[in-house]
Amino acid sequence: MSSVIAIVCFLVLAPFLGGLLDGLDRKISARMQGRIGPPVLQPFYDVRKLFNKQTIVVNKAQTFLMLTYMAVQIFVGVLFFAGSDILMCFFLLSTGATFLVFAGSVTHSPLSTLGTNRELLQMMAYEPAVLLTCLGFYLAPPDHTFSVSELIQTPVSLILYLPGFFVAFVFILTIKMRKSPFDLATAHHAHQEVVKGITTELGAKNFAIYTITEWYEKVFLLAVVALFIVNDNPLSYIAAVIVALAVWFLEILIDNTCARVKWDVLLKVTWVVTLLAAGVNMLILMLVF
Amino acid sequence: MGKVKKSPWVLHYDGASCNGCDIEVLACLTPVYDAERFGIVNTGDPMQADILLLTGGINAQCQEVVKQIYEQMPRPKVVVAIGTCACTGGVFKEAYNILGGADTTVPVDIYVPGCAARPQSIIDGIVKAVALFQQRSDEHDKEKKTGRREEG
Repeated sequence: MSSVIAIVCFLVLAPFLGGLLDGLDRKISARMQGRIGPPVLQPFYDVRKLFNKQTIVVNKAQTFLMLTYMAVQIFVGVLFFAGSDILMCFFLLSTGATFLVFAGSVTHSPLSTLGTNRELLQMMAYEPAVLLTCLGFYLAPPDHTFSVSELIQTPVSLILYLPGFFVAFVFILTIKMRKSPFDLATAHHAHQEVVKGITTELGAKNFAIYTITEWYEKVFLLAVVALFIVNDNPLSYIAAVIVALAVWFLEILIDNTCARVKWDVLLKVTWVVTLLAAGVNMLILMLVF
Repeated sequence: MGKVKKSPWVLHYDGASCNGCDIEVLACLTPVYDAERFGIVNTGDPMQADILLLTGGINAQCQEVVKQIYEQMPRPKVVVAIGTCACTGGVFKEAYNILGGADTTVPVDIYVPGCAARPQSIIDGIVKAVALFQQRSDEHDKEKKTGRREEG
């Protein structure tokens, strides 16, 4: 019963929460740059506007691919909040991301294709960290499990066993949340050398779908951050929310202080951090527990 | 129907401009003027843009580009010509390669004069464009209901 409530809450509240976080993100970014910034509800105005515009699609398959992308990414969150298998969640997340890759490449626009190639490269960069994080959750004592419903009932917060995995996961969140310096495929900021990268060819409604999917995905990713903190003590949920928001703020800070890097730097840095942080943590877990 | 005026995304294209107006357009987004507080986003993507800002006169080379950008923008859309050159051709009007202002190529709705146009007048022009954008959007919704194909 409680999992049904969690699923319904996720389905209904996640887009509002994601949109609100997006609005606050833009506001905080503006303040960091010495500007006033748009209203907090601006992302909702944007999406409403996008739904009111004429839809131009170069290839009709794009709409279908975007809807599939949205459905799969929402389903990932549903699985997670239902307390299901975390490994399954991340496999599905990658499956969903491939639909975005298809949607980006069906139009054959050079800018979109370049963005798509970069998206694939980003996936190659962050996938090891994601898979290792799942493995870390499994290796953490006391009960070796992938099940989210059991992982939230551990006697101590998992971050005590998984500090390295936490670092690696937060590091790749910068890629997943499309924050500078790792926003190669598409950026939230005005201009990029590939215009809007993978989203260049997404017209009005499809771009709205993309934005809403991003909100769902953001809530899911922050929920995974919270999973590191949550334990069987109800008070830990408050701590988990605070840590998730702190990580989110850290991403904004990184976004506003770093310049975009080239793809080879992205790949090298991400893999080195993954190997050093998560890899060493994994070795210790395997040898000690 | 929908209030779209809160989210005008602009696309800025530099025709045969001397770059004076382009610098002023970008100045609108800096902390001093901060156009983003009206929800204005300077997007580089015609497929996601609502308001086209054109600077500089039109020459034979950029005419096709401007046409294509205009056609790629989904309806409803508004075009703003910024600076004297985009309005009339300006001092380059008589030059052999200049066809004239932006209205020789695409239908221009708002003219912002000035050489270079001041950020204040650019923002004023965009605010006027936003009102027109809302009006066009309402017409677009109405015509979508009645099934008639709209223009502009």
